[in-house]
Amino acid sequence: MSMEEIQEQIITEFSYFDDWLDRYNHLIEMGKSVPLINEKYKTKNYLIGGCQSRVWLHAAMKDGVIIFSADSDAVITKGIVNLLIRVFSGQTPDTIIDADISFIDEIGLKEHLSPTRSNGLMSMIKQMKLYALAFKTKSANQ
Amino acid sequence: MTFDINKIRSDFPILQRKIYDKPLIYLDNAATTQKPQIVIDRITDYYTYENANIHRGVHYLSQIDTTAFENAREYIARFINAPKKEEVIFTKGTTESINLVAASFGRKILNKDDEVLVTAMEHHSNLVPWQMLCYEKEARLKVIPYSDKGEINLSTYQMMLGDKTKIVALPHISNTLGSINPVKEMIRMAHEKNIPVLIDGAQALSHLKVDIADLDCDFYCCSGHKAYGPMGVGILYGKTEHLNFMDPYQTGGEMVEHVTLYETSFNEIPFKFEAGTPNVEAVLGMEAALHYVEETGLDEITAHEKNLLVYGTKKLQQIKGVQIYGKAAEKAGILSFLIDDIHSFDAGTIIDKFGIAIRTGHHCAQPVMNKFGIPGTVRASFAMYNTREEIDKLVEAILQVKKMFG
Repeated sequence: MSMEEIQEQIITEFSYFDDWLDRYNHLIEMGKSVPLINEKYKTKNYLIGGCQSRVWLHAAMKDGVIIFSADSDAVITKGIVNLLIRVFSGQTPDTIIDADISFIDEIGLKEHLSPTRSNGLMSMIKQMKLYALAFKTKSANQ
Repeated sequence: MTFDINKIRSDFPILQRKIYDKPLIYLDNAATTQKPQIVIDRITDYYTYENANIHRGVHYLSQIDTTAFENAREYIARFINAPKKEEVIFTKGTTESINLVAASFGRKILNKDDEVLVTAMEHHSNLVPWQMLCYEKEARLKVIPYSDKGEINLSTYQMMLGDKTKIVALPHISNTLGSINPVKEMIRMAHEKNIPVLIDGAQALSHLKVDIADLDCDFYCCSGHKAYGPMGVGILYGKTEHLNFMDPYQTGGEMVEHVTLYETSFNEIPFKFEAGTPNVEAVLGMEAALHYVEETGLDEITAHEKNLLVYGTKKLQQIKGVQIYGKAAEKAGILSFLIDDIHSFDAGTIIDKFGIAIRTGHHCAQPVMNKFGIPGTVRASFAMYNTREEIDKLVEAILQVKKMFG
């Protein structure tokens, strides 16, 4: 599925929920299926800064696309990181670098986009894009 | 004087606001308090009718402004019962006050292998400046421990006061645990050994009576915005002998007496420490806030917040799985807690949706979190305008959190 299609799918999923409570419950559910980061990567090096909860993110390049795995000690944050993984994982570095993430607005989680918001959604997106940039640079140098 | 909660609530315009279509319940008062209309009006009036630079003009506005500014100093000095008004220096807040003392006093008295005493319950702002100073001077930072309840053991503290101790820095009230520390007794013990004491009073001003003369502290630091006043203003109280001994913290205009191109002599206290144009609007706003507190009745406010603490503690303890951090016998209106093993961020995100403002995380006191082995807590902190009904709403929100994450 293309990144746009995945985003559309997520928007449709969230459109079934009228109130914030259900949206958060859905996010919590989504956290349960996050592709878990290997325990050995749950170190300081893989921690994303700027979050009130701890989020570990790992990226690997496989067959030209990036595969992300993550974990968090907070349940909502785990849902948010999995939301991003669904969109970004399995995409090429270029797609990730240029990605438009406006779908976040449309699913009623806009408040999490504020740069000062302590869950660090912005930090997560930035980190994913940085990984993409790093893999792109690496493959260009090979 | 009667404590009229409805009148008080109507004096704070922000309390009429709705958040997510629900009435705002503001329980983040240890971070900052809301402002009564009288403070907002004071700032508006200042810019509408009075604005001019102070201390340096012969013109009418400058003169009335200077008088207003100095009257504010006099009033604030009286409010905290400081022996002399020139011992009250305006800063931009508690953090700057502490940094000023660390830089201008600490740096002058501290030598290699000397000791600075702090507690293990400090806010970072009363810890990091001393860490930096000790690092620079190759001095030692010694940490006064406290019990799991959040109480400092006075005999341990007394034993830690040694020949090498050059300054003691203590929080009047812990911003995470709510403990009201026995600072008067601790100051007395330090003074027996001629050791000066700085008190971080950020959480105390306007919540309980701050009586500088009675405490006999060497330095007292606090902020306007945590006491119903504007942001960007605070005070440093310092004993005259220390302030005269200290070098200026910043240099520039206002704080000088005589300047040639190659030499400068400095003004007297307090002006020696007030370089540049001060935050006049905030000083006047802070004065208005403290007037409001005085008129409302500080004793009544203290009693009201204590009532809320007792009620809130009881209500929270009735919820299975709620763990309260900070159980000192002498405690201010600050309630830090966790719900089962639910992350404070998860809890805070849901509680926010009820229109309730609480704080989550480490509260700028990471060593406190480390002591209890937790990444953070949820913190509800009370002010004069809070009610039992608001605590009931918080309980409802907590039950929802339990339902979602439990």
